[in-house]
Amino acid sequence: MFSFEIFQEILISIRQNKLRSFLTCFSVAWGIFMLIVLLGSGNGLQNGMSSSFKDALTNSIWMSSEITSLDYNGIKKGRKIDLKNEDQAAIKQMSNQIELSSTRYTIPVSTTISYKEKYGSYEVRTVMPVYREIELIKMMEGRFLNDRDQAEFRKSGVISTEIRDYYFPKENPIGKYIKINNIAFQVVGVFEDKDNWDNNRCIYIPISTAQQIFSAGHNVSLLAVTLKDVTVDQSKDIAIKAKELLAKRHSFDPKDPRAVNVNNNFENMDRSLSIIRAINIFVWFIGIGTIIAGIVGISNIMLISVKERTQEIGVRKALGAKPWSIISMVLQESIFLTTMAGYIGLVFGVGLLEIVSKNIPVNKAFINPSADIGVAIWATIVLIVAGAIAGFFPARQAAMIKPIEALRYE
Amino acid sequence: MIHLKNILKTYTTGQNKLHVLKGINLDIDKGEFVSIMGSSGSGKSTLLNILGILDNYDEGEYLLNNILVKGLSERKATQYRNELIGFVFQQFNLISYKNALENVALPLFYQGVSRKKRNIKAMEYLDMVGLKPWAEHMPNEMSGGQKQRVAIARSLIAQPKIILADEPTGALDSTTSLEIMDIFKRVNDEGITLLIVTHEHDIADLTKKKIVLKDGLIDEIVVNSPKILID
Repeated sequence: MFSFEIFQEILISIRQNKLRSFLTCFSVAWGIFMLIVLLGSGNGLQNGMSSSFKDALTNSIWMSSEITSLDYNGIKKGRKIDLKNEDQAAIKQMSNQIELSSTRYTIPVSTTISYKEKYGSYEVRTVMPVYREIELIKMMEGRFLNDRDQAEFRKSGVISTEIRDYYFPKENPIGKYIKINNIAFQVVGVFEDKDNWDNNRCIYIPISTAQQIFSAGHNVSLLAVTLKDVTVDQSKDIAIKAKELLAKRHSFDPKDPRAVNVNNNFENMDRSLSIIRAINIFVWFIGIGTIIAGIVGISNIMLISVKERTQEIGVRKALGAKPWSIISMVLQESIFLTTMAGYIGLVFGVGLLEIVSKNIPVNKAFINPSADIGVAIWATIVLIVAGAIAGFFPARQAAMIKPIEALRYE
Repeated sequence: MIHLKNILKTYTTGQNKLHVLKGINLDIDKGEFVSIMGSSGSGKSTLLNILGILDNYDEGEYLLNNILVKGLSERKATQYRNELIGFVFQQFNLISYKNALENVALPLFYQGVSRKKRNIKAMEYLDMVGLKPWAEHMPNEMSGGQKQRVAIARSLIAQPKIILADEPTGALDSTTSLEIMDIFKRVNDEGITLLIVTHEHDIADLTKKKIVLKDGLIDEIVVNSPKILID
């Protein structure tokens, strides 16, 4: 039953109490503003976290060689465990939920990369060809390492865009030879991987070649597997089994917290998600609390307004206003005030988030803090409900006014 | 039009019971112009509230336009007030932020009449009380007499069976009071029943019948000689 008359009355009532209306509206606007900014920041954190998981590793488990910390079967602690090429094959056969697996060998000496007169120090990662799919490396030019590179111990290298820009600013790197510690490798491809700073500052070469050059035998430093269609609990299970298998193969205590470090990204992701969930709950809690303070304010102003208009409401009733039309008058005023104030807060909140997300430097922890359309719809519902709640008590008060009040001359 | 039979009304304040109306029997016919007089505390305001369905009574029977008014829901009471009764108050009780035209049109708004129709009708009634040029003015721009004329137009617009006026001249000077009474007389000439509560004898003398209340009972009913009405 919205009508021009009621709208006009609302405007007049606001105009008659400018300061009071402004302060009350401000508290609601502030509440919504805070809610939007907090939710947007929550989204930013969430986006940041999910993007650091996006390109790689959300479905992978990583095992790395370490030193034992427990005595086992008469062998003293402090022994270095060397994972082997064969461990990869054994682990792969362990479960059919393991999809991909690759080893990685870390070159034990510092590596100097040179091309013509240019020298630089970059990380050299030695991996199996399948590693590209685990790390989700994006190829820009040429190809990644392949099985022939691996089988024939070829000196092939895949460089990042950053390395290309440094060594080959004006020429095509494919087919050129760069030197790693004075050993020539042919560049077969260029990749880009901006997950983190390190990933785009390295060169991939075949692990077989590296093991040969650095006399590492079959030793590997890292073993990565990806799992398909598993829950967090199943992944934990596989991680435990993998450690037990390695313990058996290398004779160490499966309960040894070190020896082999198992890093389960399912679990990490799960933990991060629950932190995000907790942050979100906290944000809603604070936001709703602030809005409630606003509601109480609106409710208060409406109560005073009803009190001041007691005689007028009495007259209206004497002239034929039904209780419902009085209630709806008060409710509409309250909903109008809340919604209008709330929308001002909403616009400012969204505006601030837009400005922030356009101006923050590229930062992996905080990406695109924005309130999406879903949040706006929620905020609208919250506002209308809030307005109705705020108006409820004053409206009831107004409905209880007897028309006889109109006849009292005070 | 109005039939009151043995109306009793008691107010209870704490331990004390105050018998305000102690058995009112009264009949008012269609087209009558009646004043109710009495000193303060005589029960005249309470009687008017009961007649206006603004207050309940404890015992007795009140028929308005042959409808029994007793124990009505607020909704029903509101509907009867809107359709059958027009009110005129001592303090005019115009809505301060509405202009004269909107004030007059208000009862029709609550009947759900469209804005255009009720404004046309409100203009007619404003014309009738001689305030057509003042339609766009706000109440605070008008004199007491003008405000009361707007209030009378408002009480008439829903074409009620009866007009109840509570001290309609109480806040006005004597010249303006006479103007208002003149309007009431014209309204009455068109056949509308009028009931005025007043404590001023010269106002009461301008009506056709005086009902004098004393201590919750009707003390006397005086039929004024028609001569006084000829101005």
